[in-house]
Amino acid sequence: MADILAKVLVANGLLTAFVVVGAIMSISLVVSRYVTADRIHASAIAIVIGLALALVGGAVTGGKNGIADVPFLSGMGLLGGSMLRDFAIVATAFEVDVVRARQAGMIGALALALGTVLPFIVGATLAIAFGYTDAVSITTIGAGAITYIVGPVTGAALGADSAVMALSIAIGVFKAVLVMIGTPLVARLIRLDNPRSAMVFGGLMGTVSGVSAGLAATDRRLVPYGALTATFHTGLGCLVAPSILFVIVRTMAGQ
Amino acid sequence: MIILGVALLALCTLAGSLLGELLGALLGVKSNVGGVGIAMILLIVARIALARGALLGRDLRLGIEFWGALYIPIVVAMATEQNVILALRSGPLVIIAAILTVAVCLIAVAILARLCGPMETMDQIELRKAATGDAIPVPSAITSDG
Repeated sequence: MADILAKVLVANGLLTAFVVVGAIMSISLVVSRYVTADRIHASAIAIVIGLALALVGGAVTGGKNGIADVPFLSGMGLLGGSMLRDFAIVATAFEVDVVRARQAGMIGALALALGTVLPFIVGATLAIAFGYTDAVSITTIGAGAITYIVGPVTGAALGADSAVMALSIAIGVFKAVLVMIGTPLVARLIRLDNPRSAMVFGGLMGTVSGVSAGLAATDRRLVPYGALTATFHTGLGCLVAPSILFVIVRTMAGQ
Repeated sequence: MIILGVALLALCTLAGSLLGELLGALLGVKSNVGGVGIAMILLIVARIALARGALLGRDLRLGIEFWGALYIPIVVAMATEQNVILALRSGPLVIIAAILTVAVCLIAVAILARLCGPMETMDQIELRKAATGDAIPVPSAITSDG
């Protein structure tokens, strides 16, 4: 019986994922309404449950894809993979108010530049504080603080040590997780309630996954604006981290 | 037809991805540069063009809006497949660097938002639109500064 059930679930992986995510969303709605009295958005709770499941999945299977490494839940990888994620993000552009987006144009570009340089400075400074002295490691760790894609891309381009690469990926992943959970908590404080601040937020925080999930948990209507700037963040980071930023670090390190 | 909306969305996503890859190759970067952003701009342009030609039917919109509505469930699925263990296990440098980075960037968001003065919130925008009956603004031109 169990074998037959597993066979059906695996053969229909995407459908299994719909049911699992539906269950997570239902639990979140109930918790949001009755436990937090609507103070914490259901999507934020759902994302935290998702991360908790990822932790359980990683602990049980020892893999790196969270719950998607459990065979009968492999469909989660398809539903949450980059293809459907990008497809759904692009669909949200249908709601973008073009007039608002244009007003945020220049400030969005400024946010993108700051969102690349500030994390890099923080990451690189801490790398030095933790005893890294070579320009390649410092740059790779600094790049990881931009996003978890910029880190390994930079490390690979510069020929960094694999342990340093893992470290830089971990910083980026943890940053994305923090943005997912923390955004709804600080939204009011940083005036994250209009299209322009959402675009500034997207440009500064970077990670498409962190920004889109964080904004979804704050106010679903802000997602397209944040995603519009965040999408250029990784590309910009991959462009400047292994080139301009590396040259600056190497010069300052005197190597 | 609903499939026309889904097809348009898929076409924009594919074209954006292709242009993002080409831009990455052109710049010598091993990454897709702004693929999703380019796709979003293509979809916005397509919406404006269809609205001008009165071709933006209810079914076509439904085919696109359905996927936009599935966005949060997809993000939840994405959260379940993150490598949370690696993030937690990698020691104090990871935790300090991530927390400091997020804190510095949030402060920068708050400063930039305040520098620009107040702006209409999503709630106010919706109220105004409901009052004027103006659902989708159609400007004369759009820019692509992301």
